[in-house]
Amino acid sequence: MSLTPASAITASDTSTNAAVPHQETVPVAVQKNHSRSAVQSIKTSTNEPAWIRILLIAVTIGFLSLFLFIPLAAVFTEALRKGWGTCLASFRDPAAWSAIKLTLIAAGIAVPLNMVFGLVASWAIARFEFSGKSLLITLIDLPFAISPVVSGLIFVLLFGSSGWFGPWLAKHDLQIIFAVPGIILVTIFITFPFVARELIPLMQEQGSEEEQAAISLGAGGWQTFWRVTLPNVRWGLMYGVILCNARAMGEFGAVSVVSGHIRGRTNTVPLHVEVLYNEYNFVAAFSVASLLAVLALVTLAMKTLVEIRLERQMAEAQATSSTHST
Amino acid sequence: MNIDISRITRTFGAFRALDDVSLNIGDGELVALLGPSGSGKTTLLRIIAGLETTDADCKGSVSFNEVDVTNKAVGKRGVGFVFQHYALFRHMTVFENIAFPLRVRPRSTRPSGTEISRRVQELLDLVQLGGLAKRFPAQLSGGQRQRIALARALAVEPQVLLLDEPFGALDAQVRKELRTWLRRLHDEIHVTSVLVTHDQEEALEVADRVVVMNKGRIEQAGSPEEVFHQPATKFVMEFLGQVNVFHGRVAAGKASLGNLTVEYPAWPHEEERAATFYMRPHELDIRKHPSDGASLAARVTRVNPAGSSARIGLQTADGVDLLVELTLDRYRDLDIKRGDDVFVYASQTRVFVPDYEVDYAI
Amino acid sequence: MKWKFKSYSVLPGFGLTMGCTVVWLSLMVLIPLSALFLRASGLTAEELWKTVTDPRIVASYRLTFGAALVAAMINAVFGFIVAWTLVRYDFPFKRLIDAFVDLPFALPTAVSGIALTAIYSKNGWIGQYLEPLGIKVAFTPLGITVALTFIGLPFVVRTLEPALHDLEKDTEEAAAILGANRWQTFWRVILPALLPSLLTGFALSFARAIGEFGSVVFISGNMPMKTEITSLLIITKLEQYDTTGATAIACVMLLASFVLLGAVNSVQWYISHRSRGGS
Repeated sequence: MSLTPASAITASDTSTNAAVPHQETVPVAVQKNHSRSAVQSIKTSTNEPAWIRILLIAVTIGFLSLFLFIPLAAVFTEALRKGWGTCLASFRDPAAWSAIKLTLIAAGIAVPLNMVFGLVASWAIARFEFSGKSLLITLIDLPFAISPVVSGLIFVLLFGSSGWFGPWLAKHDLQIIFAVPGIILVTIFITFPFVARELIPLMQEQGSEEEQAAISLGAGGWQTFWRVTLPNVRWGLMYGVILCNARAMGEFGAVSVVSGHIRGRTNTVPLHVEVLYNEYNFVAAFSVASLLAVLALVTLAMKTLVEIRLERQMAEAQATSSTHST
Repeated sequence: MNIDISRITRTFGAFRALDDVSLNIGDGELVALLGPSGSGKTTLLRIIAGLETTDADCKGSVSFNEVDVTNKAVGKRGVGFVFQHYALFRHMTVFENIAFPLRVRPRSTRPSGTEISRRVQELLDLVQLGGLAKRFPAQLSGGQRQRIALARALAVEPQVLLLDEPFGALDAQVRKELRTWLRRLHDEIHVTSVLVTHDQEEALEVADRVVVMNKGRIEQAGSPEEVFHQPATKFVMEFLGQVNVFHGRVAAGKASLGNLTVEYPAWPHEEERAATFYMRPHELDIRKHPSDGASLAARVTRVNPAGSSARIGLQTADGVDLLVELTLDRYRDLDIKRGDDVFVYASQTRVFVPDYEVDYAI
Repeated sequence: MKWKFKSYSVLPGFGLTMGCTVVWLSLMVLIPLSALFLRASGLTAEELWKTVTDPRIVASYRLTFGAALVAAMINAVFGFIVAWTLVRYDFPFKRLIDAFVDLPFALPTAVSGIALTAIYSKNGWIGQYLEPLGIKVAFTPLGITVALTFIGLPFVVRTLEPALHDLEKDTEEAAAILGANRWQTFWRVILPALLPSLLTGFALSFARAIGEFGSVVFISGNMPMKTEITSLLIITKLEQYDTTGATAIACVMLLASFVLLGAVNSVQWYISHRSRGGS
């Protein structure tokens, strides 16, 4: 005899209505009533005592204030030390404008390129099984492991006057190092892994079932990508792009090596900040820095919003994959 | 150890997980808390363990051998708890997992190293996994992990053993094996045990007593035979085993379902009321020709003799589907086929009138 | 079975995407990087050794690695507390504070550099209180450590947070039921379970600190033999048109970061190996 739960067949007699009130009053065997004073709440097994909790929260807030909030506040305070007028005056300097322009150009080229690369690479890596996959992921991650100054040095060794292509470039009157192309190249290099490393785990988590379904329903590869894959990873993509952009606009060390610090020509915003600071023009330095700090705050805000979306998406992906495996 | 649970209420936000629940569990008994998810069975178990508290304004209590333990910390209650997902310490070997409760004792009562080794080996032998002491949990199968978890729970020499869906994460085959094994182990060590499960087969097979729970209340507590054959409520009737459900009427001492009418003295009132009829598939019989007694005319829609009994699907003239289970012998004698017009006889019918719970059988 | 490079899939585009990935990766990362190694391999061992063991450079290693190590240790301790409170406890503005943990990622390093210098210089917000106590932060190794702590903080917190989320409440409850008090549970159950993540976060924070430049150059003061970090020396060599020297030092730094990366990877391999139960 089978003992599967739930009623086998539910039917209703034609003469009666099917709605059965599901109210049951079951008398529970009432046992002797212990007369006792109010139950004190017992210490739950997996909680720390209140004083430890408060102490730890205080340490957290103290530590983060010391290292995060105070420096951030200092940027704005220093910028406004001599009032709004002086602060805004720093942006009237043509050098500041050309720095902003150069930063926008560098990020504007590096970010889209890395975004496309991230999508392409994660399709290849997360949607197919092939040997050498983990090596490929490690190689993509490589620029993260290389310090900014060394990254800059690499391009000097390639394109500098004594570098591999140096003589050839000089002969054709082309300049990469100490010029805009060098800045763009190092920016691409240092932000190389950002998008790919966000997308690969997300796409691996989601699995390729939806794409397979799309293909089986007659969609082409391109349609599948646009209609199924991209909508599924859009928040992860956003997340990677936001981080990539923040780094591209804010990079200092690597860009510093290849820029040559030519005022008004090869200075990005962070380099401009350095120049102003080294000229003891502190208010101007902090004013321009506060522009970057605002950029950082916007980045954090957008990142948090995307994170909330992404968490939801990851949770859904996990839920589907776990129901699938059980 | 005798466990006395008295008037426990527990709410989570607006959700009432336990609603004034009282239960007594005898010394050495193996009790199964059975119910659908959200019925409060796990919450009750966790309150017995001390992992969960009762509502602040709840005056109820949990007593072990007449001693109130409601406010006793979980580590001091002397209970063993087996988790659904094992909760083994991943970074420790099997040996260290089982030795853990002995090693965290206060220095004064902590056994010596050799004593710990001896005890761990004893427990490993008890769960028949003597050779696995040096393995890590990740290197074991699900069934082995759960047995190690049980050995670890027994290492505290518990007065009470609590098992929260212990076989829920295992394959059907392993689950059956472990079930039988757990029953044998209980017969061996006789520690008062409470097992939470949503699997009725498990509850009915393993437990001395089954407590069926629903919506934070106890629907019925009794021996497996009692709850299965004499369900106290509509819920128990529907939850245990398969059942055909019909909606009919009662009035003036009679319950009627189409042309089937049965005596129903429990409702002597003239007023007509809706009533629910329950008939278990194995309590129904099929005859090709009408004979004495009330019957339902129906047509055979499906015949499935694959299995230890034959399952016949039918439909009445009113379009109501029902299921009948016949012994294979009976099925062969009858020789029915799809499309045959037959008559269904009930050896037992239970009628429930909403808000008027009486079980009546003919 | 015959070895195959790629297993069968109905999805299209493997050749195209794989090809683009490998080409672009080679052009942008692998070929430039190989330039460094080829240049370094062109040096004689004697040259190389002489450059990388120059006393001024050795002093910079000591400073860079020492300060990075101390900063990573500070981050391991406080990052653990931060991650713990952010995951386990509820308090006002938690989400906001959590978002700010990433500030060091988002804030350009030059900005953090000048901000930290301003705060810790002798008339800065914090520096003015430390100065009378005889503690100098800006333009000392201590200042460098402060900057590196700032830079490395998110690594520890962000590596620990998911591990803390994944920590099953079951195991802690099991420990409590088995008679362990909260302290024993922490040391014997929680910390060992989190240790791989903590080590990973520590190593990432350490690796980042070794290579950090922007936030350090302002606060360090850059005094030869005293507060010069290794990254700065590479730039100095380049400014003197000593590409050979710069390359040699860069190789030492690369080697260090690869060793750390390898350590992180083996820790992660160990984690996945243990949880999947291979062997």
